[in-house]
Amino acid sequence: MASGLTYTAVDSTALSTAEYYGKTMVELGAEHPEIVALTADLAKSTKIGMFGDAYPERFFNVGIAEQNMMSMAAGMAKAGLVPFVSTFSVFAALRAADQVHADICYQNCDVKIIATHGGTSFGQAGSTHHAIVDFAVERAFPNMTLICPADGMETVNAVRAAYENPGPFYIRINRGFDRVVYDSTDYGFQLGKAQEMRPGTDITVIAVGSCVFQACQAADFLKNSDGLSVRVLNMHTLKPLDVEAVQKAILDTRRVITVEDHNIIGGLGSAVAEVMADMGKGCAFQRLGWQDSFSTIGLHEDLMSLAGIDSNGIIAAVREVMKKDFELDDDWEDEV
Amino acid sequence: MALTKQEWVALEQKANELRNLCLDTTHWAGSGHIGGGMSCMDILTILYFKYMQVDPANPNWPDRDRLVLSKGHAGIAWAPVLVSKGFNDAEQLKTFNLTGSKMGMHLDSNKVLGVDASTGSLGHGLPIAVGTALAARVQGKKFWTYCIMGDGECDEGEIWEGAMSAAHFGVTNLVCFVDRNDCMIDGKTEDVMALEPFADKWRAFGFIVKEVDGQNINELAEAIDFAHANETNQPVLILANTVKGAGVANIEGDYRWHYGAMDEASYQQGKDSLESYYQARLARAEKEGK
Repeated sequence: MASGLTYTAVDSTALSTAEYYGKTMVELGAEHPEIVALTADLAKSTKIGMFGDAYPERFFNVGIAEQNMMSMAAGMAKAGLVPFVSTFSVFAALRAADQVHADICYQNCDVKIIATHGGTSFGQAGSTHHAIVDFAVERAFPNMTLICPADGMETVNAVRAAYENPGPFYIRINRGFDRVVYDSTDYGFQLGKAQEMRPGTDITVIAVGSCVFQACQAADFLKNSDGLSVRVLNMHTLKPLDVEAVQKAILDTRRVITVEDHNIIGGLGSAVAEVMADMGKGCAFQRLGWQDSFSTIGLHEDLMSLAGIDSNGIIAAVREVMKKDFELDDDWEDEV
Repeated sequence: MALTKQEWVALEQKANELRNLCLDTTHWAGSGHIGGGMSCMDILTILYFKYMQVDPANPNWPDRDRLVLSKGHAGIAWAPVLVSKGFNDAEQLKTFNLTGSKMGMHLDSNKVLGVDASTGSLGHGLPIAVGTALAARVQGKKFWTYCIMGDGECDEGEIWEGAMSAAHFGVTNLVCFVDRNDCMIDGKTEDVMALEPFADKWRAFGFIVKEVDGQNINELAEAIDFAHANETNQPVLILANTVKGAGVANIEGDYRWHYGAMDEASYQQGKDSLESYYQARLARAEKEGK
């Protein structure tokens, strides 16, 4: 997949994640005349404006009217176009939730929502501009596919996957630069399949988005300092969830931590807990994320530290969960 | 005259048939949005039986004209129209609203043939229609998009977001209607949330407004012809002054008939009044038609 791309390790530090998205849109636009793009006064911020510069006749800036934008996109999709829609994640998921629900998901429209400034990546803007409930909302919409890429390279793959697969997509990306997880797009991205970033047998850290880099750092540190074998999974596709990878992690390591820049309710942690509950297998478990609390104002890296979803927070959580008891065998009779 | 007398009379016959079918469907379903269904029946009739280029044998024909029924609860009026046009089997009306039925209160574009957009959540239809009309522009297609809004749903901010977009993008391959029946669930529009000066609001948002008697098929035809001939870059809104429950004497003009159940007696009363209403409408067409 993603053939013909020319991104290099040099690009990975030179382009913000949204610029990867913008460049990918320009490439897709050249290949597919049915692609159109819409934004709500965020052409520059979301980088969808790069598509608009290349194809002005296929670009619609609707002003600050996210609901209108989602409904218009649905109308365009019903007439045979493939609209890519961009605004900040918090507005895509909440301000226009009814339109995404009724017009896009219910009708199963081919609309691709690329929601930027995800999680707390818009740091100083504060909680009105932080998206910490979008996974919960989007995951609950029937027909919706939900991706949160780990970095710019993965964003390229996710955006292309969204075009290649019919139906509604919500892709959450961050504002600004992400720490580099992948130095090329050619690493075997598969929609709906978690990527094992580090092998491990003692504990599994399942991470998404900007937390993937942090989880890898934590695993490397813990290997050297504590002699722990920490498996790290990049769960880029939150829906449909890679249930098999989660089940395998539960059975193999019996200790699981989830990490996300999202409320611990309704996102990755909840999705993994659902798999665990469905399986009926005991497992030491902890959900890292915003602990049902609003974020605050600050730099994204500081906020991640505050929420305990940076490498230090993950290291501390791994040490804690390693001390926890869990069901060692499948015999439930010996449990009190 | 936009219509010949012969056309006008034929459309009156069709509208009468559809009003009866709408009332029957309400009866079969046990209840329905009869008031707002009847008020827009003349608009639906003239669109499908005079203007819209559609092909029931090929419902997804890419070049077809589109209708977005923004006031989606009028599905009980639209469903009989789509049946009469040949999109769907008439038997489906008898299971309207019943568990497992394809047809219900708000028509589903993925289940009911001829439905171009699923609606029901109010305020969405105009932006959907603007998107569809812009799609025609992007694709270089010539089809028309029609949108029927309710007056009550114009309380929704999204209607005005869509209105701004239609004007801003100069969407003139779109013809908009507001079914101005003056009623909403909790009362008269002017009591619940005043819309007036309503036409001025649309003009201020960049529309050319044609105000007509929405229960006069010839006036509706004149307004649609006007919209089709529009050479400005401003979209046209047809403000159709209508009567809630038009033709059904026992519910006419009563906001409480937004949604209701009809017992056998009121159904029969309604059927009888539809006949006298039709005779009066025919007489007008005969008198005023040329």
